[in-house]
Amino acid sequence: MPTKTYAGVTLEVDAEGFLTQSSLWTRDVAAAIAVEAGVPTLGEKHWKVIDFARSDTAAQGQSPGPRRIVVGSGVSMKDLYELFPKGPGKLVARVAGVPKPKACL
Amino acid sequence: MSDTPTRKLAIICSKGSLDMAYPGLILANAARMAGHDAMVFFTFWGLDIVNASKVDHLHLSPIGNTSVPVPAMIAGLPGMEALATRLMQSEMDKHQIPHVREMLEILGDAGAELYACQLAMDLFRLQKSDLVPQVKDVISAMDFIDKSEGAQVIFV
Repeated sequence: MPTKTYAGVTLEVDAEGFLTQSSLWTRDVAAAIAVEAGVPTLGEKHWKVIDFARSDTAAQGQSPGPRRIVVGSGVSMKDLYELFPKGPGKLVARVAGVPKPKACL
Repeated sequence: MSDTPTRKLAIICSKGSLDMAYPGLILANAARMAGHDAMVFFTFWGLDIVNASKVDHLHLSPIGNTSVPVPAMIAGLPGMEALATRLMQSEMDKHQIPHVREMLEILGDAGAELYACQLAMDLFRLQKSDLVPQVKDVISAMDFIDKSEGAQVIFV
């Protein structure tokens, strides 16, 4: 399995670059992934989304799509696209260290 | 990752039934979720989707629909279209699929560009004020051809 190093931690990633070891994720890792993905800084709203994505994935066994994130985190769809441009569907999961969501919404 | 050129989807929605409203809208939203550009062009019956007075009342017709296992003579009875529509809508509600109006709001917030067809607007005697606020502009067929340059075009 390929690996990548974020914030000094070497982690396994799948073919598309999503973390496969969610338990090794830290906020520093998230920040490093975010920079690589074109989001230079993570503010309060970013963390609200990331924290929801992680807790929802743990509770549901699958990662949430943008609509579920909007409903569950209280961040609006418009804001979500401003926080994670170029595809919140993939970007949130990438930064939160959860699998790419399978949801269609 | 951020160096690859942006993909663009241009979706033409030409149908106005409840079942046919979704494919185009879902695909446009999926494109935006994946980080690509998306535009939707509503023409002919597709205008019903963005018509403010019709968007909440799109119907599913069981007649002539080979995917609905009801004999034509029964499907044509009074009330069958309303029943089919209610059944489909309730099934979608159970799966938390947003109503069409909300899909358009999601698309607007997600940055998809929605356009109405000039010719169809004239044909159905509609003004832009008759449409939902998410529609960016009323454009001609040639405008669509220009705007969809380089895009993958999907006709629904």
